[in-house]
Amino acid sequence: MRIDLNGAPVETDAPTLAALIEERGHDAASVASALNGAFVPRTRRAATPLSHGARVELLTPMQGG
Amino acid sequence: MFYGTDLTSRLMLGTAQYPSPRVLRDAIAASGAEVITVSLRREGPEGGAFRDILAASGCRVLPNTAGCHTAREAITTAQMARELFGTRWIKLEVIGHADTLQPDPFGLVEAARTLCADGFEVFPYTTEDLVVADRLVEAGCQVLMPWGAPIGSGQGLRHIDALRAMRAHFPGVALVVDAGIGAPSQAALAMELGYDAVLLNTAVARSLDPVAMARAFGQAVAAGQGAHKAGLMPPRDMGVASTPVFGMAELA
Repeated sequence: MRIDLNGAPVETDAPTLAALIEERGHDAASVASALNGAFVPRTRRAATPLSHGARVELLTPMQGG
Repeated sequence: MFYGTDLTSRLMLGTAQYPSPRVLRDAIAASGAEVITVSLRREGPEGGAFRDILAASGCRVLPNTAGCHTAREAITTAQMARELFGTRWIKLEVIGHADTLQPDPFGLVEAARTLCADGFEVFPYTTEDLVVADRLVEAGCQVLMPWGAPIGSGQGLRHIDALRAMRAHFPGVALVVDAGIGAPSQAALAMELGYDAVLLNTAVARSLDPVAMARAFGQAVAAGQGAHKAGLMPPRDMGVASTPVFGMAELA
């Protein structure tokens, strides 16, 4: 299925958010996740299914003022 | 006190726009700051190095919601930051105007209400408007962060009388001048007014020598704080000789 990951289209077979994070090679503890604009806590990622057209954001600490 | 946390250094330093990670690290150390602000963004090429600097700095992290234009975006960002940094502190920014980067007071109060009720300790970036400030305090904010001038402008304290009124109106609330400070003298002035801290970024990061400027700001903030504690003399309309007249020779 096609999803939107951090603003870019991505083809994935990952059934859940947790599987997507693993598939993309992210360290699960160093990213925060949102699905379709809503926060998904780390503990709920494995129970959060992905569907075609899902908008996923994976964010990390960056410089800020 | 900032939500029960006392800080020795009252300079809070932003971590963006430095010429290199090494300069950022050295500037944090030179400033003496105990609180640094960070953002949440999509992973970039230097993400790992930045996380190392955060950890090594020993500073308390104040994550921000910079760039958010709605309460909903800011709330989601705050929730993500709380999990990632393990802190309840959030620098709440809801930007309302593209040119001035003025906060949107309506979205700000709405987001502050939701986040305070959810257990966050909110540091709202606001204007000097006393009514908005009242609403933020009612929402549960124990810290208010009025702007000095638009973010990144370096104009200093544009509405000093309004900042003075805010200090007088909220004696029990921690007040931080956030944004717009361009020179150490302006940071010292904010502290002389009785503000509890100043938060700045560009003035250090965009100077010719950010490490030396960070040190200068740290000293200025400490000087202003010390001056406020010592009690400034009131200004007078006329000159008053400081040297005594007693014992003066007759030479005329």
